Amino acid sequence: MPHLAIERWAKESDLPPDAPAVLTVEGTHGLIIHAVTAAAATRGARPGTRLTDARALDPSLVAIPADPAGDQAALERFARWSSRWSPLVEVDGDGLRLDVSGVAHLFGGEDSLVRDIRRRFAKAGFSTRVAIAPTAAAAWAFSHFGGDDLAALHVSALRLAPDTVRTLERLGLKTIGALLDMPRLALARRFKDGDNVIDALDRLVGRKAEPLTAAPIDPPPRAALRLEEPATHPEAAPQALERLIPDLVRQLQQRHLGARRLSIIGYRVDGSLAAASVATTISSREPKHLQRLLADKAAALDPEFGFDAFALTAEWTEELGAAQDSLVEEPSSERELARLIDRLTVKLGPGRVCRPQTEESHLPERASGWGPAISSPAFAGEDERVRTAPSSPAAAHREARRRGPSTSCAGPPPLEIEGRTTRPQRLLDRPEAIDVIYATPEGMPRRFMWRRAVHDIARVEGPERIAPEWWRQPSSARLRDYYRVEDDSGRRYWIYREGLIGDGRGGAPGWFLHGLFG
Amino acid sequence: MWREVYLWSPAEPSPRSGPAESDRLPSGLGECWRLPAPPNPTLSELFAAHARDAGWAGFLLAQVDTSKPLLWVQDRMAILESGRIHPPGLPSRNLVHVEARDARDALWAMEEGVRCSGLSAVIGEIWGDPKALDFTATRRLAVASERSGTPCWLVRLGATANLSGARTRWRVASAPSLANALDPRAPGLSAWDAELFRARGYPPGRWSLTHEADRFHLVAASGDRALGEGERLTA
Repeated sequence: MPHLAIERWAKESDLPPDAPAVLTVEGTHGLIIHAVTAAAATRGARPGTRLTDARALDPSLVAIPADPAGDQAALERFARWSSRWSPLVEVDGDGLRLDVSGVAHLFGGEDSLVRDIRRRFAKAGFSTRVAIAPTAAAAWAFSHFGGDDLAALHVSALRLAPDTVRTLERLGLKTIGALLDMPRLALARRFKDGDNVIDALDRLVGRKAEPLTAAPIDPPPRAALRLEEPATHPEAAPQALERLIPDLVRQLQQRHLGARRLSIIGYRVDGSLAAASVATTISSREPKHLQRLLADKAAALDPEFGFDAFALTAEWTEELGAAQDSLVEEPSSERELARLIDRLTVKLGPGRVCRPQTEESHLPERASGWGPAISSPAFAGEDERVRTAPSSPAAAHREARRRGPSTSCAGPPPLEIEGRTTRPQRLLDRPEAIDVIYATPEGMPRRFMWRRAVHDIARVEGPERIAPEWWRQPSSARLRDYYRVEDDSGRRYWIYREGLIGDGRGGAPGWFLHGLFG
Repeated sequence: MWREVYLWSPAEPSPRSGPAESDRLPSGLGECWRLPAPPNPTLSELFAAHARDAGWAGFLLAQVDTSKPLLWVQDRMAILESGRIHPPGLPSRNLVHVEARDARDALWAMEEGVRCSGLSAVIGEIWGDPKALDFTATRRLAVASERSGTPCWLVRLGATANLSGARTRWRVASAPSLANALDPRAPGLSAWDAELFRARGYPPGRWSLTHEADRFHLVAASGDRALGEGERLTA
């Protein structure tokens, strides 16, 4: 990554992109230029020269101290990110080294792999020079010096010390090809100590292996079980699970982790896999709970021609200290609830086990939505309610008047009056159209027909006007006037009229039934 | 689960109230009385008098303790027919909602919930008379609920009262609400017609009730409303 430092700085600075800026580091004789922008490069600034020399050429240069530690951290972050292409990634000087043997075909060949790497780094705002070669040293040489003929490259592509390079140049050995033509024995004798030229050459052409030490990543806790003979009976997976879980729990305990997502993989004899995974609401390493979650999923794994190995992996883990609730084994109710949610979610699916989620909105169906319980954050302290209960009805009235007819930019509407909620206990997923007899244009409803049954309205309260959210709805959205109505048998409903006559957003207003009161 | 009930006008005296129960059942104006409820948490069944009548929800929520989260299970038909629960209208937002595909899933979720000690109650709504909901299923729920101490409410919408293992069985309908002091045209405090048609250890009965500030009140039956209006006795 040739321009990492300057590009990283350019992303974070607020100077215009064409500013002649240079990044500097402390040198023995004053500041030394570390990296330059394109604008600075045209004015004669070169990395490695002293800042004072560059200033003499153009005094308008802006000097900013470089941040090598930050660059290094960024490089390491890129190394982790680059594991998308290959499992073996290493930070190598100012670049990254990926072992792509057996990987390139996943990306449609080496060419498209290179293109993909370039494109993704470019998207992140960093330019790259990418090269693929049979040996790591050759790839380094190509990426730093370009070209496609190894023999034509300058000897400094061997990553030798500057002194050695100077010596080689004096001997007339300017290219790698010239060096390769020399007898090995003579070279070995000439460069006995210091930098080993033979060694560098061997690494370059692959006569000497240069293994890659990948960035250390904690492998996820994993328990594996190999069977002597392929098991074809359906109970094989649950039985294997019983033996795998204690093993995994021991690993989790040692590393003070709790599992949030577990997956069990059955390896079939014919080379195929059967996998299943479960997630948990809070991290857990309770063997009984994990066993219960996975048992059904494991039993559903189809052995086909038989499993010969199983692996249980905690794919997603969280820190979990050693915890003891009490001396007697009595789990806390919060943890109990989390386990209940896990069990329900595993069987019914995450979309069907929900917890209320509030949203800043005045539309009732938007204001209180539902989110999967398994991914909702800690549920302690969620009991606070939207509550702006004024002390008296008169105060409520004043409050309402102060807010004005459109409440869409004030706080939430008063949901409680005199301790009673003004919101229904039940809301239809889609408001249902009803036929209403009402005093036009904005009078109270008298009678309505819902699902082919006629309800005479005995009592009515309203309207509560809820304006459309013009910042997200189309301009044709109409306001809603909500009424709480009670029919002659005492059933209470929440109905609304959509729109007004002559509001210019469609024809006659429609009526909808939205909620039921208890 | 015992709730105090203060009455201010007899609704419809139970036809079968013998002398032995006279200390438990309401007999007159202003008498202190408790809503019949089993002494220990168990399974109660609640029949909505009509599928489009959500009055039972108010009656039920008035009795549910919300110090801990609620588990509210609804099957698909119940959601389609009478709507999904709406947290702003409920006494507590601290709840877990389960949308079950059918009655079998709903019953399974309820049983899992009843076994969990972290819940204050389990409420399950099941539409119609599915095959999965038989005597055995209700009996299982009742036993599980009694063992764990988590009260369980099985709400039946558009259903008939078949054989059941529930300890108390209610049929609840909305009744015309009380007068609203602030606006005579507006609905006031909710009222219900609650019929206890089976209870272990209690004679059945039928009452017109309302709930206010932690207490149920008996109210005059809707026909006598004009008469009973001014006669409220403060307890």
